Amino acid sequence: MTHFSFRRFFAYLKKEEKQILRDPSTFLIAFVLPLMMLFIFGYGVSLDADKVPLGLLLEDTSPTARSLENAFLGTNYFKVKTSYNRAELEEDLTGGRLRGVVIVPQDFSIKVLEGTVAPLQVLLDGSEPNTARFALNYTEGVVNNWGIQQKIEGKTSVILPLQMEPRVWFNDSLKSRYVLLPGSIAVIMTLIGTLLTALVVAREWERGTMEALMATPIRISEMLLAKLVPYFLLGLSAMILCVFLCVVLFGVPFRGSYLILLVATSIFLLAALGVGLLVSSTTRNQFVASQIAIIIGFIPAFMLSGFVFEISSMPEIIQAMTYVFPPRYFVTILQSSFLSGTTWALVMPSLLIMLLIALFFLGISVLNMRKRLD
Amino acid sequence: MGQLRQSWIPIKALIIKEILAVWRDKKSRITLIVPPLIQLLILTHAATLDVNNISIGLYNEDTGWYSHELIQRIKGSPYFKHVYDYKDSHKIREGIDEQKAIVALHMQSDFSRHIAEGNSATVQVILDGRKSNASQIVLGYLNLIFQTFSRDMLKLQGVDILEKINIEFRAFFNPNIEYIYYTVPSLVAILSMVLALTVTAMSVSRERENGTFDQLLVSPSQPWQILVGKMVPAMVISIGESTLLMIAALLLFKVPFEGSLILLYLSMIVFLFSIVGVGLFISALSKTQQQSILGSFVFMTPTMLLSGFATPIENMPLWLQPWTNLIPIKHFFVIIRGIFLKDMSTLEVLKYSWPMALIAIFTLSIAGWMFKKRLE
Repeated sequence: MTHFSFRRFFAYLKKEEKQILRDPSTFLIAFVLPLMMLFIFGYGVSLDADKVPLGLLLEDTSPTARSLENAFLGTNYFKVKTSYNRAELEEDLTGGRLRGVVIVPQDFSIKVLEGTVAPLQVLLDGSEPNTARFALNYTEGVVNNWGIQQKIEGKTSVILPLQMEPRVWFNDSLKSRYVLLPGSIAVIMTLIGTLLTALVVAREWERGTMEALMATPIRISEMLLAKLVPYFLLGLSAMILCVFLCVVLFGVPFRGSYLILLVATSIFLLAALGVGLLVSSTTRNQFVASQIAIIIGFIPAFMLSGFVFEISSMPEIIQAMTYVFPPRYFVTILQSSFLSGTTWALVMPSLLIMLLIALFFLGISVLNMRKRLD
Repeated sequence: MGQLRQSWIPIKALIIKEILAVWRDKKSRITLIVPPLIQLLILTHAATLDVNNISIGLYNEDTGWYSHELIQRIKGSPYFKHVYDYKDSHKIREGIDEQKAIVALHMQSDFSRHIAEGNSATVQVILDGRKSNASQIVLGYLNLIFQTFSRDMLKLQGVDILEKINIEFRAFFNPNIEYIYYTVPSLVAILSMVLALTVTAMSVSRERENGTFDQLLVSPSQPWQILVGKMVPAMVISIGESTLLMIAALLLFKVPFEGSLILLYLSMIVFLFSIVGVGLFISALSKTQQQSILGSFVFMTPTMLLSGFATPIENMPLWLQPWTNLIPIKHFFVIIRGIFLKDMSTLEVLKYSWPMALIAIFTLSIAGWMFKKRLE
């Protein structure tokens, strides 16, 4: 075996570079898709549940019932449609135009004035459980709040014994955009690192050019490095674009250190590339490689990273799985870097674990390649 | 009639060849069956916006009874799993910063005195804004605990207030508001879409990459015959896939199935036609398999994000909402959930099917036109 040759390395690098530059799909995935995702997260979707369409059926039209109606109208959580016609509201509910209907029964005010229990009924659309729960919880909140403040005859005012003073750190207006935008960077990096690399290397196997390469004096280290470097750089440039857009266009605060973020991204990209290489060299088929890359790359980045779905709410087995995949750690670093500044107690362990995962996957894929070469 | 039978022969040959191309290879065979099942299992439990097992930090400077009572109520709540007692305000900073707790409460030393004197006591609630969705929900839970506490304390003080208003809820179609009744049917739709799209998107580019496409070109098959030959296998594979997933939904997840199976399959065929159209369009555009997979992602990502699966469409800006009608799976979500949970009527199914049919006609004609251009 000869020593590492920079000449061979650069020759191979040049080939990879040409391949990337020639193929418009690499730019599609590195720049067009990230732009699309950022725009959707920036302008389109939002997890901030507000303005849930809610029907209010007033079978009772007394001032007491009206004051409850005002309590509903006064919150930002609901877009209230008041009606006296039960059939109309029920039709809206089953048709998906309303997410819940609160029924104020005929005897409501009489019972309230008597001081006895006045039940309210809420109808919900269970086929949309998230919104149904939300509507139920907030209805309960509004009704309770209204109930406590109802003065019973003779009393002048009620002082609430307990007041809440909420303060949201790092994101005072609780904008989900500020959380989703940085998190989506992890998905984009995974697509470039894992999916793109998996396809590129699987193609070499599929077409047999890998065997042809093996007949040349090129060393595994030269070849792997030449494969990794261009995609690594592609990932970093996409990253810079994303951070720039998040901060400048979407106004997400950046309170951490760009250097730490660069280090974290580099380590994450190495891990993602390692996974991509491993997938391609074990499958050697682009269709299979793409499906596996979706499962162990894209899905964990989207679903098991804490970027949209809260990890601590998942069943324990799935929580345990999130520790195996690098996106969880990267999303933590991304969200801290943007919103709270570098929290070392979070960032340091995350970096180390990502590094270990990266070394593990890169190591395995080197071994895997070496075995095939023999 | 004879002519029709004649033109069917090359199509049939192509279909058999296409199915064999995917099925013959052991790895791709396993890929068709195992990963979707794993995804269904994992995603069903991962894709929930519900929040529980909450970690909360408490910093109580008060030694009185009232704060003690409030803390007991929080500890007794099913939502809060880990309750940490903090001894100073630095611990709050540390707990939230390092995400050991998602929320922290701070009660000052005059907390009990204020309540005992008939005044208001204030609790500071500190939330982690890096988890915006969870924070909102936690705040809602705390609000309910605080309200009940207020009411009970008022009563203890002999203040004449209204009894608690009971709220009875009735959830149509899903009485216990189970999340999996929503996620499982949606995932069946998503996973069959992914498969239909990737199989069609790659089918032509694989041939082009391997050079066998030229052989197809010199064969006596007409362009439309090639198109049908590429379409049918993807449909067959995806319908088989969703059947498998639906069996899992019914047996493993015990999702109720209220509606008509025939209606579901008919609308699924319309849905898959629209997806296969997109897949063939991508296929016609791409020269390599890599391009077709990446092209599929460029279609799939916005589709998934704007389909209403994870975030409700009514939360989207008004100008964007009409555009989501162009997304086939948005309509199919309504149908598949409706048939599973609601016994949706034929009329309603039709109402959501025709937009998909329009999309299918559009995408398939574009794909057909592009093929013809390429082939001639």
